[in-house]
Amino acid sequence: MFSNFDFDVIIRSLPYLFIDGMTFTVTLTAMAATLGLIWGTLLALMRLSGFPPLVIFATGYVNLMRSVPLVLMIFWFYFLVPYIGQWITGSSAPIRVGAFMSSLITFALFEAAFFSEIMRAGIQSIARGQMAAAQALGMNYRTTMSYIILPQAFRNMVPVLLTQTIILFQDTSLVYVLSITDFLGAASKIAQRDGRLVEMYLFAAAVYFIISLAASTAVRRLNRRIAIIR
Amino acid sequence: MNYHWNWGIFWQISPDGAHTYFQLLLLGTWWTLTTAFFAWIIALTLGSLVGVARTTPNKWLLRFGNAYVELFRNIPLLVQMFLWYFVLPEVVPNSVGVWLKQLPDASFYTAVVALGLYTSARVAEQVRAGINSLARGQRAAGLALGLTLPQTYRYVLLPMAYRIMLPPLTSEFINAIKNSSVALTIGLMELTARAREVQEFSFQVFEAFTVATIIYIIINITVTEGMRRLERAVAIPGYLAARAKPSWRQRWKARQRWRLRRV
Repeated sequence: MFSNFDFDVIIRSLPYLFIDGMTFTVTLTAMAATLGLIWGTLLALMRLSGFPPLVIFATGYVNLMRSVPLVLMIFWFYFLVPYIGQWITGSSAPIRVGAFMSSLITFALFEAAFFSEIMRAGIQSIARGQMAAAQALGMNYRTTMSYIILPQAFRNMVPVLLTQTIILFQDTSLVYVLSITDFLGAASKIAQRDGRLVEMYLFAAAVYFIISLAASTAVRRLNRRIAIIR
Repeated sequence: MNYHWNWGIFWQISPDGAHTYFQLLLLGTWWTLTTAFFAWIIALTLGSLVGVARTTPNKWLLRFGNAYVELFRNIPLLVQMFLWYFVLPEVVPNSVGVWLKQLPDASFYTAVVALGLYTSARVAEQVRAGINSLARGQRAAGLALGLTLPQTYRYVLLPMAYRIMLPPLTSEFINAIKNSSVALTIGLMELTARAREVQEFSFQVFEAFTVATIIYIIINITVTEGMRRLERAVAIPGYLAARAKPSWRQRWKARQRWRLRRV
């Protein structure tokens, strides 16, 4: 079964896998999580604003993103972003955006829908009296949100946000469908070049498993610590 | 934008000579639903077993359940599909491997198994949460009445827990439908793959993706509404009914009644 298992191909390709592949995966995860969190928080604020056009827009956006598979969204934006770029810059032809930009925009916009649901729950978890108290002190909406509500909401939701980021980390493997060299893409390219599918895919699975398990264990530990403080 | 819209494309015959482009998308929808349905059967069965195992007092069952969930949850679905599709036939005995590779519709069976197991870990998590959300006294009361542990689960805990779990299970089912699109990487011609195919043959990118998106939204709404009806049908009066959010139809009817009263 594993008699002709070739560890050497893994060792040989380690630099390519981690320097080219994993760097892409981690950068994409971190940047998409940051942008997605910012846009998601704005969406959550829109949804809780009580101003009908904003509420309808944010609700529609979140529901749309949540009913369509990520793979389809990746394809959508891969073809759509050049046209949007052309529309914004006013150039005469669809502009070229790199694979990284295209997937970053996709993941940021897609994950924002999920982050917005988390942030909405976070904002709603803050007692209503705090909002009233801040306003009684003469703070306006913006000050109340940025100094009173959002810091607490964010803090309450840190474990859930991190869990969502771990899911995002796993989901970035789907850029495979655009033949991008992320970690899985790199593994798959070597697997096909050297005819070593078994070794490379098992190794990729093991790496994803170890990273995700370590991260989710850390989140669980953090969760327990926060729970005691509160 | 200098993109040439052509919505008439869907009624044209595709290069396969037998189907229109629209029929290709419908074929894809059929495979998406079939894959998700069979995967869901696996997910619900295994997920329930593992989820229950994680709430029993038996230490080994608990450990096994935890390991199972962690294993399937921490590897991306795409990688799991590759493991089942490319790696499994190579690591089993030769004759079995050859049989696996020559199986007709291999990508369909692989997708069902991979998606089913992946979803089962998430279902197990929901089942565990559902059972743990019940008051602890329920288990104790069942045992005190002389029911065995399996009987306590069958007649006391599970009937209640499944009713509580219906909403999260609905979203897991919808996730399974959406996740079946990952199987396009192993060659399953489901809806997203068909939309890609229409785009490649006809160059009408946005028409193909728009229609696919609309089909996914319709599936989503149908499943959500169906499960809401199921939820109402199985609800125990007075226990969970108060918690269920009224549907838009009920809200509309209520508003009509309110208006009539004012007249």
